[in-house]
Amino acid sequence: MRHLMSPLDFTTEELGQLFDLANDIEANPDKYAHKCEGKILATCFYEPSTRTRLSFESAMTRLGGKVIGFSDANSSSAAKGESVSDTIRVISAYADICAMRHPKEGAPMVAASRSLIPVINAGDGGHQHPTQTLTDLLTIRSLHGDLNGFTIGLCGDLKFGRTVHSLINALVRYENIKFVFISPPELRVPDYVTDMLDKKQIYYEEVIKLEDVIGDLDMLYMTRVQKERFFNEEDYIRLKDFYILTPEKMELAKENMLVLHPLPRVNEISVEVDDDPRAAYFKQAQYGVYVRMALILTLLELV
Amino acid sequence: MLNVGQIEEGFVLDHIKAGKSMDIYEHLGLDKMDCTVAIIKNARSKVMGKKDILKVECDIDTLDLNVLAFIDHNITINVIKNGAIVEKKVLSLPRSVKNVIRCHNPRCITSIEQGLPHIFFLADEETETYRCKYCEEKYNERA
Repeated sequence: MRHLMSPLDFTTEELGQLFDLANDIEANPDKYAHKCEGKILATCFYEPSTRTRLSFESAMTRLGGKVIGFSDANSSSAAKGESVSDTIRVISAYADICAMRHPKEGAPMVAASRSLIPVINAGDGGHQHPTQTLTDLLTIRSLHGDLNGFTIGLCGDLKFGRTVHSLINALVRYENIKFVFISPPELRVPDYVTDMLDKKQIYYEEVIKLEDVIGDLDMLYMTRVQKERFFNEEDYIRLKDFYILTPEKMELAKENMLVLHPLPRVNEISVEVDDDPRAAYFKQAQYGVYVRMALILTLLELV
Repeated sequence: MLNVGQIEEGFVLDHIKAGKSMDIYEHLGLDKMDCTVAIIKNARSKVMGKKDILKVECDIDTLDLNVLAFIDHNITINVIKNGAIVEKKVLSLPRSVKNVIRCHNPRCITSIEQGLPHIFFLADEETETYRCKYCEEKYNERA
């Protein structure tokens, strides 16, 4: 029995098979509409996350399965003080597979160690959110055609953004990828990430302004820059416009550059960009369902 | 020079960093064992300047070498039988340690889950970095 705790739990070959399956689901949804009949997914969400939970529920429902669960800790036995270990043993009797989100880092790993059913980490604090990374990888592979040989710009809060760190860790396993980090100095990518890239001799550059590099990128991964992350308001006001993607900046970009965003978007991508064919972030949310469908089928050994 | 008598059966932990012998005494659980223990602090050493030494009269198998290697892998272990050294054990960094150190990350599941062992794994041998198995928080201070 397998679980998913980190995107690195699967080899690149296994990820390739998972993405092939996701693309087949996209092309032939009817073929998979009854694959999970009689199966139950438990969504154990100890903190609210509407999009991720609905994405899992949509995935299981589209596979013909059923969903049970809770969407915040107050409506679960955790409010009465039940441990994660005890909860998952009980859930194992109720469901065939579990997607768990928990504010405490490592909670899904504890659940997996006690579980009788596959456990998917649906986000544990600031630690891992593997299905977001799988979504990003599937989107890149499907729309760019390959997970090798491209220049990706990561823009915004590169210090605290777990999706960014996780995506970098996943991409370094592929060939000929160049990273361009675009952020204010306060929100630079942490040293342990650049140390790792140095060690693996992977090309990267760090810049402050998006306009300076946008023309070199094959894809641009946007994240939100939050005001409270800055040391002072002056810096925030001075720098914030550098990290807002507008139609004017898109004019400087390549014709086939993809724009990705883990969502929710606040104001870092201007709504006028949504109609640009290069804007792939809503399509990315669609791929999130396909990859979760493929993951459920794989972990339930139904393929 | 202080003289401490030879032991007949047991082991001597040598080259302990000066001042660390009591930490090791506690981590090995020697305080709970019914055996003779000599703790020598700040002994003169040609190599280290000063060092601590522990002499313990009990079976080597009672030692958790993992713990010892994690605390200081430069420590040497001399196994004594019939008053003579019969073996010198060299320590290497353990792949993981269980319940030796605690994770201090308040966001880690170990902060709320009862009965969960605190497990750290060796993440980088070169920098001797250990990380929590659950949240991957780096452990900075050695015992």
